[in-house]
Amino acid sequence: MTQKSKLRGSFAEAVADIPDGSTIAFGGFAMPGTPFNLIKALMAQGAKRLTLVANTTGGAQQPRMPDIGMLVENGQVAKVICAFTAATRPTDVLPFTKYYDSGEVDAELVPQGTLAERMRAAGAGIPAFYTPTAVGTELAEGRETRVINGREYLLEYALPLDYAFIRARTADTAGNLRFHRSQRNFCPVMATAARVTIAEIDDPVLPAGSIDPDDVHTPGIYVHRLVQVPPEPEGIWPTKRQERRR
Amino acid sequence: MSGSKGLTRQQMADRVAREFQDGWIVNLGVGIPTMCSNTDIGDRDITYHSENGVIGYGPVAAEGYEDLNLVNAGGQNVTLKPGAAVVHHADSFGVIRGGHIDATVMGAYQVSMTGDFANWKLKGQKGGGIGGAMDLAACAKRVFIILEHVTRDGSPRLVAACDLPVTARGVVTLVATNYGLFEPTGTGFRLLEIAPGLTVEDIRATTGGALEVLDGLQTIAVAG
Repeated sequence: MTQKSKLRGSFAEAVADIPDGSTIAFGGFAMPGTPFNLIKALMAQGAKRLTLVANTTGGAQQPRMPDIGMLVENGQVAKVICAFTAATRPTDVLPFTKYYDSGEVDAELVPQGTLAERMRAAGAGIPAFYTPTAVGTELAEGRETRVINGREYLLEYALPLDYAFIRARTADTAGNLRFHRSQRNFCPVMATAARVTIAEIDDPVLPAGSIDPDDVHTPGIYVHRLVQVPPEPEGIWPTKRQERRR
Repeated sequence: MSGSKGLTRQQMADRVAREFQDGWIVNLGVGIPTMCSNTDIGDRDITYHSENGVIGYGPVAAEGYEDLNLVNAGGQNVTLKPGAAVVHHADSFGVIRGGHIDATVMGAYQVSMTGDFANWKLKGQKGGGIGGAMDLAACAKRVFIILEHVTRDGSPRLVAACDLPVTARGVVTLVATNYGLFEPTGTGFRLLEIAPGLTVEDIRATTGGALEVLDGLQTIAVAG
């Protein structure tokens, strides 16, 4: 195994070399697994014309945490690829909507399972796959379908990434990761699809070999840079969401 | 919702939850469907699956006992039941796409008499909120929909054909509204049970397509 530690000294250092025009995926489903600190660092770093991949553009919940909508507001984004480009509740308006409606930012709306599988496919060397999801809907209009064993399927292409930003509970210096509860969500899948994966880590990063190989969730071969999340207020941690009255 | 007739939101959820059978794996969507997990269905053993990879979650965590890294599909901090497991997103949708979900319960704007439904995009909206709805709709063994019977301006939500972009076609097996319990028949809706305080004529006047009424129509049993 590698002897060199993948631990970096700061979030700024970990994102310093990200060029304009990159495709970057962000783990997270609600707060768990969301790389809040890396999002903030990327806003300061300032790379532009980015294509961002995430479950949602964010901003529907309070308190608002760093989300990819903020990178949009910061003028860094050309396109988003998400399962939500609008809120589930029609009365909620996402911060992203204004930029999308005006044509400043493009969006590709992808069903959540298809989004995950497109990245899984990219990481596993599968160029495309057929899925029953979205058959018969507006999303399938004009696209290639095929009937297999009597059922219609839609062709979906792999989604390779330049970078994946993720968050995990535990890491060793070789980049092996363990997630806590629903932190896991898209994170392991995105890590496999990216040329460079950067992970922000909750607990102090351990010496290589500290995690039993049988217990690794994401192998270090998929993880290139680690940054330790400092305590609040310097570091950003999940908070309790404010429940809204209906 | 104040001012609406018939069942409350929890009572709609209760009626759907009573369909769940022992041993089922069930996925509950955001909103009213989440309330199905509050229903007392005796000792039936139900495993709740959330699209973010949590298999076997329990009730919402008590104040002060939340794990901020554990949420259900609605982003609520839930608990885990003994025997729970967590997988990543691609595996979680493998559970869904692979046909391992016995029933999914979702909200919707419209359901058609042919079992189409619409829940991700409003008329004239650019973009939308699909989330996991299309995967669940296409692949769960049963698709149960809970929705208010009419829109705020009184138009039917049970319609002959959806005029909103659909989530999936021909998949809905059961619909609970505040007015009753229905199944799409292809040419209309069959009223299976009626909510207390409603008449068949009330329902016929506010439902798209032909309305069939089950012989020996029962009133929905309401707890408390």
